[in-house]
Amino acid sequence: MSTHAYDDSHEEQIGHSEAGVEQKHLGEKSADWVDGRLGIYSLAKANLRKIFPDHWSFMLGEICLYSFIIIILTGVYLTLFFQPSMGEVVYHGSYTPLQGIKMSEAYESALNISFDVRGGLLIRQIHHWAAIVFVAAMLVHMMRVFFTGAFRKPREINWLFGFLLLFLGMFDGFMGYSLPDDLLSGTGIRFMEGAILSVPLVGTYLQMFLYGGQFPGNDIIPRFFTIHVLLIPGIMLGLLVAHLILVFYHKHTQFAGPGRTEKNVVGMPLMPVYMAKAGGFFFLVFGVIAFVSAIASVNPIWAYGPYRPDQVSTDAQPDWYMGFSEGLIRIMPGWEIRAWGHTLELGVFIPLVVFGLMFVVIAIYPFLEGWITGDKREHHILDRPRNAPVRTGLGVAWIAEYLILLVGGGNDLFATHLHMSIDAITWTCRILFFVGPVVAFMVTKRWCMGLQRKDKDKILHGRETGTIKRLPHGEFIEVHAQLPQEELYRLTAHEQQAPAQLPPAVDENGVKRKVGAVAKLRAKLSAGYFGPQSQIAKPTAEEHAEITAGHGHH
Amino acid sequence: MKKLSARRRHPLAALVVLIFALALTGGLWAALAPTSSASADASQSLQVEEGKRLFQVGCASCHGLNGEGTNLGPSLVGVGSAAVDFQVGTGRMPAQQPGAQVPSKKVIYNQAQIDQMAAFVATLGAGPVIPTQDQYSGGNVAAGGELFRTNCAQCHNFAGAGGALSEGKYAPSLAGVSAKHIYEAMLTGPQNMPSFPNSTMPEQQKKDIIAYVQHATNSDTNPSYGGMTLGAIGPVSEGLFGWIFALGALIGTAIWIAARTPKAKKS
Repeated sequence: MSTHAYDDSHEEQIGHSEAGVEQKHLGEKSADWVDGRLGIYSLAKANLRKIFPDHWSFMLGEICLYSFIIIILTGVYLTLFFQPSMGEVVYHGSYTPLQGIKMSEAYESALNISFDVRGGLLIRQIHHWAAIVFVAAMLVHMMRVFFTGAFRKPREINWLFGFLLLFLGMFDGFMGYSLPDDLLSGTGIRFMEGAILSVPLVGTYLQMFLYGGQFPGNDIIPRFFTIHVLLIPGIMLGLLVAHLILVFYHKHTQFAGPGRTEKNVVGMPLMPVYMAKAGGFFFLVFGVIAFVSAIASVNPIWAYGPYRPDQVSTDAQPDWYMGFSEGLIRIMPGWEIRAWGHTLELGVFIPLVVFGLMFVVIAIYPFLEGWITGDKREHHILDRPRNAPVRTGLGVAWIAEYLILLVGGGNDLFATHLHMSIDAITWTCRILFFVGPVVAFMVTKRWCMGLQRKDKDKILHGRETGTIKRLPHGEFIEVHAQLPQEELYRLTAHEQQAPAQLPPAVDENGVKRKVGAVAKLRAKLSAGYFGPQSQIAKPTAEEHAEITAGHGHH
Repeated sequence: MKKLSARRRHPLAALVVLIFALALTGGLWAALAPTSSASADASQSLQVEEGKRLFQVGCASCHGLNGEGTNLGPSLVGVGSAAVDFQVGTGRMPAQQPGAQVPSKKVIYNQAQIDQMAAFVATLGAGPVIPTQDQYSGGNVAAGGELFRTNCAQCHNFAGAGGALSEGKYAPSLAGVSAKHIYEAMLTGPQNMPSFPNSTMPEQQKKDIIAYVQHATNSDTNPSYGGMTLGAIGPVSEGLFGWIFALGALIGTAIWIAARTPKAKKS
């Protein structure tokens, strides 16, 4: 081609036939056809060269996206064979240990998917493992966004979208593993019934409405099916698209570094770098999940047997993402109040309220922090977690609480596998429920402060080289090497906000100023976020110059 | 006949009838009773004798010299030979140390010795007897599964993998437990297990449950169709596996991909 220098400019746009007659490629013609109707060229022009910054943690969201796609693909296959019906049948399928047992059509069809449908068991396991990975990845993705402060203006709405995706994903998972109507899933539906019934005043009405009568009734499986395959996935798909559109609209956040500002994005273009990387990553995610599904059993419904309300098995835990609700129930004492012919089932209702609160705090945190800091500016440069010790501490406190509840939810398995008393574990979890998050917060905050001090030390005195020098008068010193300029920039790029000040106690006329309780609270919280207990003043350029101008060691 | 009939009201008539009746039953017994009874009796008493000796060495320190029980161990009067066969045959007895529950461990007596001790304990008072083979074989797996889920799974888990009870006690795993021992456990209710006498659970149901347990816990008859069972303990181990291996591998992959991107060039 380089020999045809005279028509090089045409080479890029026009293909050539053997005869040398200028003729457009078929692909180009069809692209023109589509552009004439959908205007894809301008769309592509605007978006294909969109720049994304590069960091492994920015790919956590991709894991969520891809596992969600895998769930939809496998779910469609499963709906072809699943019968969401509570109609009673006698089993005569391939799994002999259940021959002649009465069961619902839902359970029978789930057994058939596992044993008689080609590839059914593998698809079922991919569906289930992908769901486990999906929610886990959403939580980790959310941690990344939280700890780096990526939820700040202008991304609060997108945080809410993500939060809703997590919340809906959990419940869709719950409904999904409730559908096969095996012994474990029926126990979960019973658990949910108990939680609904514990709601004061309206609990019984809600329960009757949802279950169409007394538990278990004939309605719950068909209803869950519609919600599981249609309603929630539909909403989630919409939220997901909105989430991604907002990522495009806001542009991706980036970590501080040379040349990176609040007004630019330094990275690689979508086409071809991230197209290739994302496409490849999708297949890797699919591969990992398929591999796990091929080697490890998940939800062996045939072993659980069909659900009967008079039967229950131990190890009746929900999937991990609902595990903390199980923990809340298990560590809660069985309190109840009976008065005026009514029972207030606090042993279930309080866990239900705490369950809701644990989600509410996630949803409102960006707005809470925005209110405390009073920061109305846009933020596209990410925080390092150490530079926001209070936020990091709060996040770790939440995670600690979550983990404690997960342990509480699996207390029986910790008891049998670690040879401990289940009561001791339950009591430990009860105490840790209150103490654990506080300790986690304090430890994390101090840890962050320590890391800030270390950064300051590194900036001012450089990196320890490990080289020991002996001076002429006999003193031994370790040689410190100055950090490169870009590293210095990276460590000092963050800004340090001063705590909000209350206005002077008296105004210019000497009249005592009235300061509301809310303003006082805000000032106090602001001092907590940005006071001397929460940030080490980063070294200034003068400090650095002064210290490096003198002797090279210290 | 007339003579006999005339004497039927004689004062000694009843006595004569009684003598005849005794002679008849005695004769029948002599004719029909198992011929080996005399020698079995002798070996039985020898067995009890041996059993008592073993008992006094291995068990009496806790259960008392005559099985009457002490503050360290319960009375064995009326527990029956089945209880001894289960407790000693699974290695639970003799107990190693006090604790929430006596675990099964290495069996230190051979079956003959266990039988001798069982024979001795059986003499202390009537109780459940060691079952014979036809009592615990030939059950229906499917029916047993339903019975198992109704009666057993709430402690022993749906797959017989075991589960926790209060204060450090636990329902053990049923994998590898012999049919006889499962039968004896149901009959005698060892440690924290309730007993299921034949009046509440007929022998056929016990057979079914045994058939199910033996089927479900044996990987030859009941392979794990979905791959590794992860302990067959439900979603907790699945969640751990998913987090550590599936998500762990994916995050590792993400780091690997990110590390292989050409970095923006320094100017």
